[in-house]
Amino acid sequence: MLRYGDGPEILKRISLQFDPGSYHFLVGASGAGKSSLLRMMYLAQHPSAGRVALFGRDIAGPSRSETALMRRRIGVVFQDFRLLDHLTARENVALPLHISGQAGARSAKDVEELLTWVGLADHMDALPPTLSGGQKQRVAIARAVIGRPSLLLADEPTGNLDDRMAVRLLYLFEELNKIGTTVVIATHNESLVERFRHPVTRLRDGEAVDLAPGAARPESPRAGNG
Amino acid sequence: MAILKKAKRQKAKGRLRQPVPLDRDASVRYLPLLVAIMVYLAALALAGAFSMNKLAERWDSGLTGALTLQVPAETAAAADGPALDALVTALAGLPGVLAVEPMAREEMTDLLEPWLGETVAAGDLPLPRIVAITIDPANPPDLEALRGRAAELAPGSQLDDHQRWLARLLDLTRAVEIMAAVVVVLVILAACIMVAFVTRMGLAAHDRAIELLHLIGAQDSYVARQFQNHALSLGLRGGLLGFLCALPTLYLARFLLQRIDSGLLPELSLRPLEWALLILLPVAAALVTMLTARVTVLRTLARMP
Repeated sequence: MLRYGDGPEILKRISLQFDPGSYHFLVGASGAGKSSLLRMMYLAQHPSAGRVALFGRDIAGPSRSETALMRRRIGVVFQDFRLLDHLTARENVALPLHISGQAGARSAKDVEELLTWVGLADHMDALPPTLSGGQKQRVAIARAVIGRPSLLLADEPTGNLDDRMAVRLLYLFEELNKIGTTVVIATHNESLVERFRHPVTRLRDGEAVDLAPGAARPESPRAGNG
Repeated sequence: MAILKKAKRQKAKGRLRQPVPLDRDASVRYLPLLVAIMVYLAALALAGAFSMNKLAERWDSGLTGALTLQVPAETAAAADGPALDALVTALAGLPGVLAVEPMAREEMTDLLEPWLGETVAAGDLPLPRIVAITIDPANPPDLEALRGRAAELAPGSQLDDHQRWLARLLDLTRAVEIMAAVVVVLVILAACIMVAFVTRMGLAAHDRAIELLHLIGAQDSYVARQFQNHALSLGLRGGLLGFLCALPTLYLARFLLQRIDSGLLPELSLRPLEWALLILLPVAAALVTMLTARVTVLRTLARMP
């Protein structure tokens, strides 16, 4: 269960398990609780009641230092991008590598390749305020995947992209999924979801009400990459 | 344009700029100035303490090994003659006494004339005779025996070993040194409070960037490093500025004291070790600034969820 302060319950009686290496869509209308569920999964929020486990560990248990190490295994595409405006696109993408101490000549090449792949070869040294919404979104996606995370969480990752680029990026997520990354994408773009044969979990008013075939297993005590 | 040029320079160097943009904060402008003021005050306080210490040492060494015998004017030994010679010979013969030298009457007259006028020069004023006695500090004479021998040959004479005066002087210099230490401690305390306040302002101003860093796996120490490096740079800059401003002030004070040319006033000539301590002040200020920033960030972040 999740509620913010004394407010209403945002998530109720959610019981899901995302198996390692799986690819899921979370769908639902605005306000259904998709972002709140993702916030708990990327360790920005603890549940008001109940339990969330990631990588086999209860998220309430680890110290701040251990939590930081767990977060390094998670790539997040935030709905509002959360790019640092004073850093270039290249620097924003390299940030997770810098934080985890992997920055170097090779990682710089990886950053360039990834930015080229998402169509930003000409904008590597551009600052976020000079980029369009779609370009910012692609920088945010590149930042989320540069560290080859074990778990990729994306909150409306295609909201500002045209269909062609959206599909291209979802294929990028599939490629990551093939090498073992668990992918959970929250979106309200159901037409896009239908193009992919992946489990879909529908949230409505804070509850998982509709599970498409092959969706995340219900009645499991965990929500996370086991 | 400037930002783009800076970004290109960073790219050429293959380095990432600081993820928390502290170099654009207002603290860049006023923190160095505040640190400069702190270092300036600390430098003056320390230099003052060093000078007082040196003054005490000078008086101590000047007076250790020296005694003064004051022979009353009405005594025969106060005037040049056999009585004075007998006194000098008797005292000089005592063990531990190196020299006995009565001050010439003209010498005393010269010293007193500026204050007492021509009456002294005319010899109308009865003056006691001052006899300087040099003793061996390593093998000092028995003062009571010396005092008794002097009283025998010159009744009413007074022997002054300057110890009471020296003790008071040492009390004064110790008090000045303690005050200087208190000033330095207060300056450090004020600097810590100020840096902690500035750091908290920085944390509040950049909360979005800091939250992002945490969400992508930054440890608290990584965030703290951003602030401590920034504080170190500003602290060093401010410390050097304060030290450079203190130099002309110290030279001015030294010039003014030298112009008075009085043995009673302290000298402002510092020893190499004392200069080294003053030069270390900017470094110490930078370290205090850096550590305060680090501790403030770590403590503040530890309270966050």
